[in-house]
Amino acid sequence: MPIRCEIVSQDRVVFSGDADIVILPGVEGEMGILPNHAPLLTALRYGIIIVRKQGEEQYFTVAGGIAEVQPDQVTVLADAAENVMEINVQRAEAAKRRAEEMLKKGIPEESDEYFELQAALRRSNLRLEAVQRYRQRVQRERRE
Amino acid sequence: MASIREMRNRIRSIKNLAQVTKALETVSASKVRRAIAAYSQTRPYAEKAWKLLLHLARQPGAESLHPLLTRREGNGPVLVILVSSDRGLAGAYNVNIVRYALQTFRDFESQVSYVSVGKKGETMLLRRRRTILAGFADLPPIPRFVDCAAIGQLAISEFLSGHYDQVFIAYTEFISMLRQEPRVRKLLPLEPEIVPMDVHSPEATHPTHAVFTYEPGHTELLNEILPRFTSLQIYRSILSAIASEHAARMVAMRNATENARELITALQLDYNKARQQSITSDMLDISAGAEALAKSMVEAER
Repeated sequence: MPIRCEIVSQDRVVFSGDADIVILPGVEGEMGILPNHAPLLTALRYGIIIVRKQGEEQYFTVAGGIAEVQPDQVTVLADAAENVMEINVQRAEAAKRRAEEMLKKGIPEESDEYFELQAALRRSNLRLEAVQRYRQRVQRERRE
Repeated sequence: MASIREMRNRIRSIKNLAQVTKALETVSASKVRRAIAAYSQTRPYAEKAWKLLLHLARQPGAESLHPLLTRREGNGPVLVILVSSDRGLAGAYNVNIVRYALQTFRDFESQVSYVSVGKKGETMLLRRRRTILAGFADLPPIPRFVDCAAIGQLAISEFLSGHYDQVFIAYTEFISMLRQEPRVRKLLPLEPEIVPMDVHSPEATHPTHAVFTYEPGHTELLNEILPRFTSLQIYRSILSAIASEHAARMVAMRNATENARELITALQLDYNKARQQSITSDMLDISAGAEALAKSMVEAER
């Protein structure tokens, strides 16, 4: 029996479908959710959600959020979630360079701008890392 | 009466004007559709978040658990987020929402400050000498959630720091292409009894019998979800207001186009009359001249 999985961000539905297992980046560690899991509410951290169905995996980056687990469904309320296949590598790289350059200029720590840049850097790093790690894997799987 | 050439120029310039208003109408129509599409995309998240929030907020003692849920006594200062547009040419759209907001808060005993979203509303508030805490303008045509997140953060931090005891949002709700209504809604403190805009509550209530495990804890989860939900409500209000703005502009431009067409018909009639008249008088001149000539020739022959 599969488990229903929905990933929604504030401005769209990112994924909706069945899964055999969903792996979530919980604040207290990664967790694999199988069907018939006990009801659970958890906050998420920056990381990657893996949705596996019949050996095929899909990867989503998520910048935090909340997940609700019921025996027959997983609902992820995500902040800015993206399918790894949708990520625009050039844009992520450009954003990363921009953030790094700005940080090099020496912005005082503890300022709002500093935290914003740190967050931007973290986001682009997450995206790029996700692309490197998972995109090839998906492509390989598709070939086979 | 204006000369024939003047009239011709006038007709031509009104024709140009009608073309421009017609184009604006078409553009606005497509923007209404885009804003509505973006709005409906936010519904799944809003409904799910609301369901979770209700579940968490109805746990015993939740009201004292989180400051964003706690009501404060007395008539403390009030913050109003006023959503208007950056550009005019939208009929009475901006006037309506500003007037409605001012009327709503006129009888408040507490001090009222504003956060304006959109330039038009800001100037109108300034002209009426209201206190403006912050102004947001030049949002993208169809903003994404991140574009509006700062407004929510500001409202939450002002509320939490104790500068304001209540936060409201005033915006124009899109009902149909022909109907948009100004609304004022309370954002903070968040009251679980008030159902937010078009989120269906009855089916959204949670199976309370399920015993949840909370990770990390109940309070921390409320901490995560409450600010997000508030920001989302602001975002949805702004999208609804944008749809209303463009619908209002569309109707205004359609009226302008129709008026221009009527004017063209009237002017064209005048122009034709004037032209005919001038031809008639020319003809009269010629025939009178010819007759005079003929008469003088007859006399000469005698």
